[in-house]
Amino acid sequence: MKQYFLDLAARLDARLRDGEDYQCWLAAEASDFVRFNRSAIRQPGHVRQIYLSVTLFHGKCHAEMTMALSGRIESDRFLLDRMVAALRSQLPDLPEDPHLLRATEVHSTDHLIASRLPETVALVEEVLDAARGHDLVGILAAGPVYRGYANSFGQRNWHETTSFNLDWSLYHERDKAVKGSYAGFEWSSAAFAGKFRDAAAQLDLLQRPPMSIPPGAYRAYLTPTAMNEILGMLNWGGVSEKSLRTRQSPLCHMRDDGIRLNPAITLSENTAGGLAPAFQGDGFIKPGRVVLFDQGRLTGSLVSPRTAKEYGIGTNGADAGESMTSLDLAAGNLPMSGVLAELDTGVYISNLWYLNFSDRMNGRITGMTRFASFWVEGGEIKAPLNVMRFDDSLFRVLGENLVGLTSEREMLIDTDTYGARSTGSALLPGALVKDFVFVL
Amino acid sequence: MPDSIRSIFRSLAPAVDFCSLRLVEETSEQLTVRQDVLQPLSTTIDRGAMITVVHRGGYGYAATSDLSVAGLTNALARARRWAEAGAGRSVVDYSRIELPRPSGTYSTPPSVASMPPRRDLIDLLMRESASCRIDARVVDWQASIWSVSTSQTYLTADGADMEQQFRYLIPNLAVTASDGMDTQTRSLGGQYNGYCRQGGFEILEQAGFHGSGKRVAEQALELLAAPNCPNGTMDLLLMPEQMMLQIHESIGHPLELDRILGDERNFAGTSFVTLDMFGSYRYGSGLLNVTYDPERSEEFASYGWDDEGSKAERAWLIRDGILERPLGGAVSQARSGMQGVANARACNWNRPPIDRMANLNIEPGSSTLDDMVRSVERGVLMDTNVSWSIDDSRNKFQFGCEYGRLIENGELKGIVKNPNYRGISATFWRSLKAVGDRSTFSVMGTPFCGKGEPSQVIRVGHASPACLFGDVDVFGGA
Repeated sequence: MKQYFLDLAARLDARLRDGEDYQCWLAAEASDFVRFNRSAIRQPGHVRQIYLSVTLFHGKCHAEMTMALSGRIESDRFLLDRMVAALRSQLPDLPEDPHLLRATEVHSTDHLIASRLPETVALVEEVLDAARGHDLVGILAAGPVYRGYANSFGQRNWHETTSFNLDWSLYHERDKAVKGSYAGFEWSSAAFAGKFRDAAAQLDLLQRPPMSIPPGAYRAYLTPTAMNEILGMLNWGGVSEKSLRTRQSPLCHMRDDGIRLNPAITLSENTAGGLAPAFQGDGFIKPGRVVLFDQGRLTGSLVSPRTAKEYGIGTNGADAGESMTSLDLAAGNLPMSGVLAELDTGVYISNLWYLNFSDRMNGRITGMTRFASFWVEGGEIKAPLNVMRFDDSLFRVLGENLVGLTSEREMLIDTDTYGARSTGSALLPGALVKDFVFVL
Repeated sequence: MPDSIRSIFRSLAPAVDFCSLRLVEETSEQLTVRQDVLQPLSTTIDRGAMITVVHRGGYGYAATSDLSVAGLTNALARARRWAEAGAGRSVVDYSRIELPRPSGTYSTPPSVASMPPRRDLIDLLMRESASCRIDARVVDWQASIWSVSTSQTYLTADGADMEQQFRYLIPNLAVTASDGMDTQTRSLGGQYNGYCRQGGFEILEQAGFHGSGKRVAEQALELLAAPNCPNGTMDLLLMPEQMMLQIHESIGHPLELDRILGDERNFAGTSFVTLDMFGSYRYGSGLLNVTYDPERSEEFASYGWDDEGSKAERAWLIRDGILERPLGGAVSQARSGMQGVANARACNWNRPPIDRMANLNIEPGSSTLDDMVRSVERGVLMDTNVSWSIDDSRNKFQFGCEYGRLIENGELKGIVKNPNYRGISATFWRSLKAVGDRSTFSVMGTPFCGKGEPSQVIRVGHASPACLFGDVDVFGGA
């Protein structure tokens, strides 16, 4: 695939006229997707897709076109020619772009993790064997993912990994389930069996009669998975410099008034420690780490090339959407083995679900508990909890009400498959909070 | 291209229980002007095919953008291998399901107004953008037109042959005003493209796009000056730009048969609705009438056949408040033994069909907007969704709107900002007190309904009148 991409770039080089430049971005994958329900196969299949986006520049005018390609250079080179011709015909309609910022310094990179996976059907066998006697539902995604960038200055960037992501739930009944995941580059039968055993053991707790609690403020433990949902709300324009400048970020209070979160909160975009490509769609190279919150203070933001040009500041290689793809929340000092004792009496929240803002500018968010969440008394799990709605402020949950973060962190690999398999990840601890507000 | 695909597919079709090919070709272009600057012009030309094989009780698919003989041969082999791998271990014996064999054509009706050249569209967006700048407190604004043209061809190895052509247009405009630490955004039809329809340039007229910049900016400033929505239990009058979201989340998703059958429990969620409820369960008050309507040609998700080849026909899902029928396509119907509708849909060539809500509408009632306002002693009118959250069984919800107005003693009063409400689906619809007549009816939708593993974002349509609910938990910001 890499040579195919380089051949595409060479074709584009050859098709330019005087005064023209180009950049291109390849997003491709060959994915097996196997969907399970009730410990049986629901929909198994394979998707092979190759999308190439080409931007043609003439001075400060530019137009972009994305096409699905076949992967065969002998026919795709003619499609490329048509793309360039179509883009060339669009340029006269377009004004100069005052916010255009180009990556003119050449930084070529190459990142390749060769496949170490067995045939997907063998993984399916293991999943079905383990699931026998249980009610398993979920999806296995596996195969190579490719990203490439090239431009007419000669920059070439390549990112190729072959990974799997098994995202599953074991159900007791109705909405009572244990959520599990197993992802990586190398499948270990022993590791999978261990994860499955742990999940199955948690099912025993779900056999107990569930309970409901009245709305109110409760001490709560949020697992790393639940914390990922909370911090994910900062990707809705929170840490975006453009959103901060246009007064739409819930963090405007922090930038303007110096409001601080708890000093335990140090949050970064950690490209070096994540799984996403280290280059972005306009060819800028991402720094290894961009610190966004340092000991509770908002010290950074994600700045795309367009925002940088518009406001006369430096870009830090953010994608156009200025959201985190390799989230990293620093660990605390609360041992994970001690969270139930520290929680004492309250709610153990395994997963949160369907978060949204109820008052964006005041950082107020709402969402639901989901899967295996429990009522805890005296440091012991007493009963599964029926789903509850929370509505609380980010500034309180991550600020004055944060009791502590766990000393261990979990690496969560994004299961998102909208349009393509995600390369995002999050490395983060769990959090103990007081007075977490449930409303329904 | 379809003719060459036809001949390749027919020549390759293997000896299996069932084999189909679904070819999707889609061209889209997005023009956006933000703060008077044309954003990068983006055009997409997508094309690919999905082969589906059912064999020995198993089901498999393979999707590819390589439409050559070699590419389709490879896809057929992969689909067959997956079908064989699933034989005897699938949720159902797929070979026993009689899948439809459709034949015919369907297309979006011809446009009343043809699309102007790109340069004229850019000029139009620039004009609307400039007209948003009415006050220094207007800090962000953008206007956009998104046009999509889609062709789908569906073939089966034993001769079914169906083609559909769609044209979509999605105009949008949003203005953000800010003063101190408060920021308010007002939009034309919602910040997530609520004005989305099939058709041509006439949709801009229908959406009130022309001249909207100044109007929407004025409303954003009005919101900035308004008090917060009050807290309390009161009447709630929802306009169509919010009703579409209310229908979508708390009727559409819970009635999807694949959720009821458990397919979505790991991701999008399950449903509080169970199979035994159909035919007897009181979903809402007697005023609630809900249809699946793929025949309303201007609505976003109208079509002739779904992606399993079932013929699309209007059907009642809830009549006089009683639940009648789920939203489930041919495979889900066979699995459940329920009569459903033609709503097995895929978002593109690279995703398999699953149960989606398509066009899901509330039928008009008999009340005028004035009638409903006059009947309210204390309440709030809310319009245009901005926030949505609901549990995985589609029961406990909390929704927020861009715009609210107080209703006191039968009269509309001042504007309120940050209006929100929460409730429980199973009881909320029973509090439906009045349903607006056709004068309050509007056709909306969304291009962004997410669901499925692997995940899919699909187009859905929701048409609704204004509706009045009693005793709702309403609240404001901060």
